[in-house]
Amino acid sequence: MRIALFLTCLGDALHPEVGRATVTLLERLGHEVVFPTDQTCCGQMHINTGYQREALPLVRHHVATFEPYDVIVAPSGSCVGCVRHQHAMVARGAHDERLAERADAVAGRTYELSELLVDVLGVEDVGAYYPHRVTYHPTCHSLRMLRVADKPLRLLRHVRGMTLLELPESDQCCGFGGTFALKNADTSTAMLADKMRNVLSTGAEVATAGDASCLMHIGGGLSRLRSGTRTVHLAEILAST
Amino acid sequence: MSTFLGIPAPRGVGHLRGDRSFPDAARGALADSQLRRNLGHATRVIRGKRAAVVGELDDWEQLRLAGSALKAATMARLDEHLERLEQEVTARGGTVHWARDANEANAIVTRLVQETGASEVVKVKSMATQEIGLNEALEAAGIEAHETDLAELIVQLGGDLPSHILVPAIHRNRAEIREIFLREMPGVDPELTAEPRKLAMAARAHLRERFLRAKVAISGANFGVADTGTLLVVESEGNGRMCLTLPETLITVMGIEKVVPTWQDLEVFLQLLPRSSTGERMNPYTSAWTGVTPGDGPQAFHLVLLDNGRTAVLGDDLGRSALHCIKCSACLNVCPVYERTGGHAYGSVYPGPIGAVLSPQLTGVEDNASLPYASSLCGACFDACPVRIDIPSLLVKLRAQHVDEQRKRAVPSAEAIAMAAASWVMSSPRRFAAAEKGSRAGRLLGRRAGRIRTLPPPLSAWTASRDAPRPPSETFREWWARERGGDS
Ligand code: SF4
Repeated sequence: MRIALFLTCLGDALHPEVGRATVTLLERLGHEVVFPTDQTCCGQMHINTGYQREALPLVRHHVATFEPYDVIVAPSGSCVGCVRHQHAMVARGAHDERLAERADAVAGRTYELSELLVDVLGVEDVGAYYPHRVTYHPTCHSLRMLRVADKPLRLLRHVRGMTLLELPESDQCCGFGGTFALKNADTSTAMLADKMRNVLSTGAEVATAGDASCLMHIGGGLSRLRSGTRTVHLAEILAST
Repeated sequence: MSTFLGIPAPRGVGHLRGDRSFPDAARGALADSQLRRNLGHATRVIRGKRAAVVGELDDWEQLRLAGSALKAATMARLDEHLERLEQEVTARGGTVHWARDANEANAIVTRLVQETGASEVVKVKSMATQEIGLNEALEAAGIEAHETDLAELIVQLGGDLPSHILVPAIHRNRAEIREIFLREMPGVDPELTAEPRKLAMAARAHLRERFLRAKVAISGANFGVADTGTLLVVESEGNGRMCLTLPETLITVMGIEKVVPTWQDLEVFLQLLPRSSTGERMNPYTSAWTGVTPGDGPQAFHLVLLDNGRTAVLGDDLGRSALHCIKCSACLNVCPVYERTGGHAYGSVYPGPIGAVLSPQLTGVEDNASLPYASSLCGACFDACPVRIDIPSLLVKLRAQHVDEQRKRAVPSAEAIAMAAASWVMSSPRRFAAAEKGSRAGRLLGRRAGRIRTLPPPLSAWTASRDAPRPPSETFREWWARERGGDS
């Protein structure tokens, strides 16, 4: 299958390893990956902070960039959530019904990584080997906007050599929330502290998730604590052999 | 198209606006370890109970859909239902008063109490009367109001403000309650212990005296059935029922959104409410009263229908769903922000996720501009809400309203400039790639640590407690170009 990779702005600029892992993984499963180089950002930060007008050109650009592709994947639950639930809303807010329809069509062909693997490609065992103690944090947008449910866990359970440790209070938000982490930094830190306590209580070496942004938050906290536990994106675990 | 019908709730009266922004007010609460412990424990217990009883029903999702549909249908013809309610209440011997805002409602209630000659009233726990600051208005007129709900009593005696819709004293523990009782209850047993039973008995003795003495009671209403002119209050302790039956005069203050067309609609809500709020299958005390019945219960009944910003909310197609709220408090108990800050940080009688959308809607967003941002948009509130209010979408919409208000300023904020710049950069792949190159200068910042430990404002809020990732030596698109030769 020919799959277009939407890496997200954060992935491109700060976490290229997540993009490389996604390419490795999908190619190993026998698929062709293309990277539409015009892509930039889905506009989630603008939309969620209230800058709908500024988000409109980003939505228009994203739709135009990905319209030619039949299957689009992003290793990010929140960006897929934005594409699926907010792009058409922004277009309609600007009274551009045509754009809204096009956005809905692109959204219908856009999948989060675990959705693509399990629902579209029909694989749960991707042939990975990762000899570490790992705990999984289901990020809020994967969990509640996309309802990926246990798909990431099903993929992780097939990884050889890995010990999967259950994360207590896993469905609690890590406190990132985009600009929330800046605007309400103290509350965000309190939420992060509890998330880290739960992660550390598992004894895991690695905390994983399907969102680079939440991992940046949790990982930034764990690093500040010199905790010895690191964060690794789900795609990287699934790509390792 | 929506027409602007109403006016926002007036300033300077009632409790819909805080005097500090949310992040500012939250700071103190976050540092209070006792408060954090009390809240964490209480919300976790209620969350667990709720999840268990909701899990028992295999038609829970259908019930939620029904609740949501009933609310939407009712709101669409609210005027007709309210007129019907007025008609039926009047036909059964009650008197209906319409109050445009907090000031009018307070004036009406004060006058009604004064006409009875009473100088004190007993009160059933009511959000509406807290919203309008009725107790303060009565006090100014020389009338003492006694709260009779146990938690509300604790708050009142403690000279405190409620911090939860359902459990107003959630921020207090037993030891603190004992101290308040010893300090504030006349004639309390000095040997009082912090045992729940002992505390409840002390409160009971204190309240009994007031119930028997009171000539006037003031209540809120969870529902008003238009069809029969019946008002309902659901509660757990039975104290409300004492107020509703013993006094000679009963005055009910009800927000106009609380009307339901028929008894059949109640069937849905009386299933949704107790399970969502207290985690119980059925409500312990559900009291309903219709007009006046000669020789039985209060002989004078007044219903005050309160707008106070509601018709303004109603005029907004998406925003009006906030009025569907049945004040169950489920969204508070699942909200990670509320769990850490408690209710006082919201500065309004409506705290938590629903407060973060309802308060700014009632007051106009500029009077509560920090509240729509008091959420990480994790979505737990939407999942918990028994009437499926899409709180995250409402938050985003209110943020947009606030930003649009800010656009009218002569000088744009630093944030607005940054957002406009980011939009300009990111709507062009060429500009975006150039910006990525520029950000690589950031690599110098954390050269030694491999992680960045300090960033300039506003990003310093991030590095106050978290390291930031160092920009990589090569972006993905550069890697792709190198490996795969440019275009896809
Ligand atoms: S918004 Fe929903 S969950 Fe929150 S108090 Fe209202 S009805 Fe309950």
